[in-house]
Parts: sequence; C-alpha cells; structure tokens
Amino acid sequence: MRGQVAVVGVGETEYYKRGEAPDAEFKLALKAILAACEDAGIDAKDIDGFASYSNDRSDPSRLAAALGCKELRFSNMQWGGGGGGGSGAIANAAAAIHAGLAETVVVFRALAQGQFGRFGQGPQRNTIAGEMAYTVPYGLMSPAQMFAMKVVRFMHDHGVEHSALRAISLACYEHAQRNPRAVMYGRPLDEAKYDASRWIVEPFRLYDCCQENDGAAAMILVSAERAGASPHKPCYVLGAVAGSHYRAGASVHNTPDYASSTFKTLAPRLYAMAGVTAKDVDVLQSYENFTGGVMMSLVEHGFCAPEQVNDFFVKERFLAPQGDLPLNTSGGNLAECYMHGLGLNIEAVRQIRGQSSSQVADADVSMVISGPMVTPVSSCILGSEATL
Amino acid sequence: MTDYYLRPGLPQPVAAGLDAPYWQGLRENRLLIQQCAACGGWQWGPEWVCHHCLSDQLHFAEVPAEGIIYSYERVWHPVHPALAEQGAYIVVLVTLPHAGDVRVVGNLLGDPEQTVPIGARVVGEFEHHEDADPPFSLLHWRIA
Repeated sequence: MRGQVAVVGVGETEYYKRGEAPDAEFKLALKAILAACEDAGIDAKDIDGFASYSNDRSDPSRLAAALGCKELRFSNMQWGGGGGGGSGAIANAAAAIHAGLAETVVVFRALAQGQFGRFGQGPQRNTIAGEMAYTVPYGLMSPAQMFAMKVVRFMHDHGVEHSALRAISLACYEHAQRNPRAVMYGRPLDEAKYDASRWIVEPFRLYDCCQENDGAAAMILVSAERAGASPHKPCYVLGAVAGSHYRAGASVHNTPDYASSTFKTLAPRLYAMAGVTAKDVDVLQSYENFTGGVMMSLVEHGFCAPEQVNDFFVKERFLAPQGDLPLNTSGGNLAECYMHGLGLNIEAVRQIRGQSSSQVADADVSMVISGPMVTPVSSCILGSEATL
Repeated sequence: MTDYYLRPGLPQPVAAGLDAPYWQGLRENRLLIQQCAACGGWQWGPEWVCHHCLSDQLHFAEVPAEGIIYSYERVWHPVHPALAEQGAYIVVLVTLPHAGDVRVVGNLLGDPEQTVPIGARVVGEFEHHEDADPPFSLLHWRIA
C-alpha cells in the first residue's frame, strides 16, 4: 500500500473550548468535511466513503444524504475508544481506496461535548455492573485515572523523572504560541507555571492532561494517480497500522504487558510498511491524552531506549525548527485543540506542504502516533513525493 | 459520617450474571477469583471462556486476600461530585500470587499521602456497606 494513496485535502472548524461550539456536532462534521473538499478542490458530492473512529456520532449515511453524495461505497468505523483510531481510520480509508472499494474517502471526527457528555467525568448514575464495577467504587473512573497507573509503573521500572513529562508539555505550549488557531494561543507555559500547577492524578499535573474541546476535522484521501491533480502537494500514505498486543484489552488492568503505550507490536509493522526507520522521521505528532503516553509512545517507536528517557526528553529537542525531533508542532492536544487527535494528522499534512506555524525545513517524512495506552492504537507515516 | 475509605455517593456495584459469586464472596469476607476447571488457569475479570484453553468450564475459587502492589496512583482531582470534598486518595493495582498473578484494583488504606512502595506485600480488608440498598462489600488493601 506504500505510496498508493494520498491525503489531498484537510479541513477543520474553528476550535472551541468544551461546550462552547455554537453549532451542533453534526453541523461541525459537515463544516469540516466541506472545508476539506474545498482544500482538495473536489466536489463533496463525489465523496463515496467515510471513515471515523471512537464511535463518532455523525453517521456516514446521514452525512452522505446531507451532502448529496452520489453513492456511498465505504462506511467504516474503527472500533475502540479514545483517540487510538485516528491513524487507524486513515489506514482503513487508504486500504479501501487501494483495494478499489471506494475512490474518494473522507476521514473525519466531530465532537461537541456541550451537546453530549464529557470524557473527563465519571459515570453519573447510581449503580454500576460488569467491568467498571471493579474500579469505579474505588474512585478509578476517568481516562487520567485509567492511564496514570501504567505510567507510574513505567517510571518506576526505568527510573524516569518528572522532568521528562514536563518537557513534552512545554514543547506543545511553545508551539501553540505560534499558532493562532490554538486554544492556548497567547497562554504560554514555563517550568515554574508547570511545577506550580495542581495534581490531577499523580504523575499527571494539570498541564500533563489534554484539553476537552468542541470542533471537527476532516481529511480527503484519493489514489496516488488522482492525487497529482490536487491543488496542494499530495501527502502520500507511506504506512498506517492499527492494533494492539496480546490481550491488551484484558479487563481490570490485567493486560500482561501493562506499562506500555500499546505500540510495541505496531511500530515494527509501521516502519516495515513505510520503508523508513525512526531516524528518517523529520517531524512527529504524538497524541497526548496525557504526557506519559507520549513518553512511552516515543520509546516504543524506537526514538530512544527506556533507560535514555531522562536525557532524551528535553524541550529543546522537541522544538521546531531547530530540534532534532520536532514534536506536536501545532500545540497538539494539550495546547492546540483536542479534536480527538485528528488535528495531529492534519498538522502532519501541513508540515509536508510547508504550511505549519512551526515549520520544519524540508519535512518529507511526517509521522503521527494516535491514542497511546488504549486498544487498539494506531500510527501512520506520511511522505512527500520525494519519498516515493 | 461513615468510616468508609471513600465518601459515599459513588455508583454502587451490583452483580452481573457472570460475577455474582464474586460479589457474594466479598459479602462473606471471601475473595473469589475465576478459575478454569479444565486447565487450572486463572483470569480476572471474569469471562465466559478461559483465555488459556478456551474451555467454558469456569468456576470461582477462594484465594487468600494477600497480594503485592504492582502499581498505584494518588488521585487529587475529583471527577465525581461525591468526591468533591474527599481530598487525595490512593488506588492500588494488586497482583494476587495465589491466583496466577491476576491483578485486582482497590484502595490502599492508611494515610492518603503515604509513600507507596511498588512490590510491597499487602493484605486485604473487606469494607461492608450495610446501609446500601442492596448492601455490597469492597476489598481494600493495607501494607503488610
């Protein structure tokens, strides 16, 4: 599949704080898709496939009807919660195009947490049964609480210091100060402010946690043959994989390989498919639900060994344009917007096009890691024409 | 005021078809974990088949409420209204050596700001919520 499919259009709504979107969630999805079509120079009526993740509520049949799509040929949901499906939806869309199931597929995600429920809150009901009954009565119920124990164990096993997590947050916020779209634009973060911020759940302080936002994002994918006609530099899908290791979904924190971002089995498949190694990656977007997930994601994608984390995770390394591994150059989920991670995939496209507000020179290999610590997770590598 | 570890008002557990023996066991100060009659393997949470040998001959076996801290977290930010005035509390992930090293989640009794040593031995303490409707019990842990 390497190089056979390309991203030719990206679109986003304005990004809002949670609950502040003026539009219904479905309208946000439509706006992002229409923006992506305009960017790609295509007619929305020509979309014949939809791919999303995390049980997005905007159903493809309704979207296709609303947009007047001539025919629906591919209607795809990547199972699994959280943002682990972002790059997986791209993999699914690319596979569908490569296999001839559809020709013009939009990958999208829309969220209006004011219209619907919040991620970061516990269940608001009187009784609970099944898997959650083993954790919720002990006060373990939010995403931060579900993942903190993985990170605690990883930090314990490898002697990781808190400064490693802080470096990720500082880099995201610094990039957001150059990105007027970022919700945290104009709200810089420094070490003192980070260190003084309150604990959410150890080892996560406030600035280790993603925002909760409203908005929508969309990407148009077509075959490489058709990509040449697009108005922007095509971004070729060099590799895209999804999945998880043995019994990653074992309940009540019983997965055998516990202190993991779930990428150990994926990363080798990703690099093999893309024909590149970690050393070839020019710019990286790595999903921050929480900084600890980014730390483990980078380790499991081979950017450094677990024992090197304290030395490797310094802010300067992660800053564009001069750092040797520019990270989350839009501000990411922490500081640009939490569009369930699809904003990271769009930023990866911007880097190849040369349109980022924190542009890396000659970004040819642009990588995205989606939704660490959940299952399934996913990651993808986009490349410029020079990589083909 | 009760002497429960966490303030009242969180969703209270009720048995599902699969795990009724487990919840009934806690009521009787017994820890019951799912075990396979065919291969002797353990698993938690309970499932309809054994993930080791795929047999459906599963039962619940009593094991000592003794374990080892595998990981933990100290929670500060309340995500449920019932915990608004709670302050910090500790959730521990405990390995059960007597049940094939499966892990269970509970709270670590004692000072919520105590240092939590990963690898330490812990013993279980049952917390009975007799005032709930229906009554239920939880299993907490204390450093041995």
